[in-house]
Amino acid sequence: MFASFLQDPDFIRVCYIVAFALFIIGLGGLTGPRTAVRGNRIAAVGMAIAIGATLLTEGMGNWGLIILGIVIGTVIGVPAARNVRMTAMPQMVALFNGVGGGAIALISWAEFRSSDGFDHVATYVVIASLFAAIVGSVSFWGSNIAFAKLQELISGRPIVLPFQQAINLALLAVAVGFSIAIASGTTSEWVFIGILVAAALLGNFVVLPIGGADMPVVISMLNAFTGLSAAAAGIALDNTALIVAGMIVGASGSILTNLMAQAMNRSIPSIVAGGFGGSGALPAGGGDGEQRTARSTSAADAAVQMAYASSVMIVPGYGMAVAQAQHAVRELTLELEKRGVEVNFAIHPVAGRMPGHMNVLLAEADVPYEQLKEMEQANPLFPRTDVSLIIGANDVTNPAANDDPGSPIYGMPILEVDKSRSVIVLKRSMSSGFAGIDNPLFYAENTAMLFGDAKASVQEIVAELNEL
Amino acid sequence: MLVTNLAILVLAGFVGFYVISKVPNTLHTPLMSGTNAIHGIVIVGGLLVLGLSGDGFLNKLILVIAIAFGTINVVGGFLVTDRMLEMFKTKDPKKAAAQAEEPEGSA
Repeated sequence: MFASFLQDPDFIRVCYIVAFALFIIGLGGLTGPRTAVRGNRIAAVGMAIAIGATLLTEGMGNWGLIILGIVIGTVIGVPAARNVRMTAMPQMVALFNGVGGGAIALISWAEFRSSDGFDHVATYVVIASLFAAIVGSVSFWGSNIAFAKLQELISGRPIVLPFQQAINLALLAVAVGFSIAIASGTTSEWVFIGILVAAALLGNFVVLPIGGADMPVVISMLNAFTGLSAAAAGIALDNTALIVAGMIVGASGSILTNLMAQAMNRSIPSIVAGGFGGSGALPAGGGDGEQRTARSTSAADAAVQMAYASSVMIVPGYGMAVAQAQHAVRELTLELEKRGVEVNFAIHPVAGRMPGHMNVLLAEADVPYEQLKEMEQANPLFPRTDVSLIIGANDVTNPAANDDPGSPIYGMPILEVDKSRSVIVLKRSMSSGFAGIDNPLFYAENTAMLFGDAKASVQEIVAELNEL
Repeated sequence: MLVTNLAILVLAGFVGFYVISKVPNTLHTPLMSGTNAIHGIVIVGGLLVLGLSGDGFLNKLILVIAIAFGTINVVGGFLVTDRMLEMFKTKDPKKAAAQAEEPEGSA
């Protein structure tokens, strides 16, 4: 009696309603710093309810395999999430997003197989499943490429094939054409596999030409894609939990994508159409043929310069994340403050490889929140700043974005460090940034370069400060 | 059924738009990670298809992988988000309060 109540389809639907209400409350919580932790946990409870309710569905079988899948996923997912370093978070999000998309594509494939090629299945179910398969597959492969780029398994620079856009359009046409064939009655599995392959290639080719600077936008976009494909799978399976959760992610992910694109003064279509300099004409050395030299400095000089400054602005970027320099930077901040120097941090909205990346790292190192200035607050401060210390940031400080209409990043809002009295750049080498664009800042008269690993350099500066 | 589901779809879309519209920069990464965890709901699809109609070796294999993927998405997604957010939480209450007020002032 009780068991049959639990298995009542309406009871399960009510559980789904509770679950998506919790998702919405949780997401609302995630938008404020005070409520974020609780919001995430509320959403997790919603997820547990949705999964638990699903398992109650009457006639469920294959329990051993279900448990096997969940155990494999847990064994892989939990340690990955526990052990990932804060610096590698963006890749991790890309990877988790990718497997979600992959799951959707696989589910569509299994549905196709178990219904004998969508035989006697309503047309809208077929269309929704095929949409889920294509978008899920694009998201899976695109996210894997984004992961590989951020993990530096492959070059972060744009990789462009000849006739890239024509190839992409052709792949899309193949996927859509094959889908139409299936929707109009073809039951051959090879056609379905053809769709998956075309979508996989499309996912690769869409992300490969996109340079590192655009990667946050791409991950957010793929996140929205996975959400939309989950919603489509929900339509196909007539499952409200999937529809609501998927669509909420699709919608909110789109907004987030747009916010990030706006912060870089880029439009989403132009990002997708090909990375920075989609024409393939990347100016490697400025292109003017002029021999320019950068001035290098030592840790001791840098220490003196900052110790006697009245205000120092630290501009962190991906280099700080890679070098795990945030704790050393905090130490430097304390040393300078002891000497009465005013220290602030200028955070570009897309510094690092994701918005908020720097904030997370600096918060980890206990840098007080009030010292973190967003771009709009920081830019008016630069003309009054004695020393701008750039730690592994490049493209977000590139004055070419303001001055050089020929630059691929022209028009992108930047931190105007070139307006400060002097600039010290901590950098591993003279190589250009993740977007592959040369930075004239390095050749400016008031700029000095301190080459080396960011963490080691900052520690040296701290040591030199103690000597003073 | 289709029309009802489409109505739900459209309404959920609007909810997504309005819930998210105001977010401080600081929370963009955790938010992306959180929404990422929520689309792990796809695991429910995998469970239903495997539990109700999974037959044949290849189908079962595909679906077990799908469920494993979905589990990674859910479990990993929520854990990673929680870890990111802990960074903001391990402060003394005074700082936490300052943190909470700052973004509203700057928005």
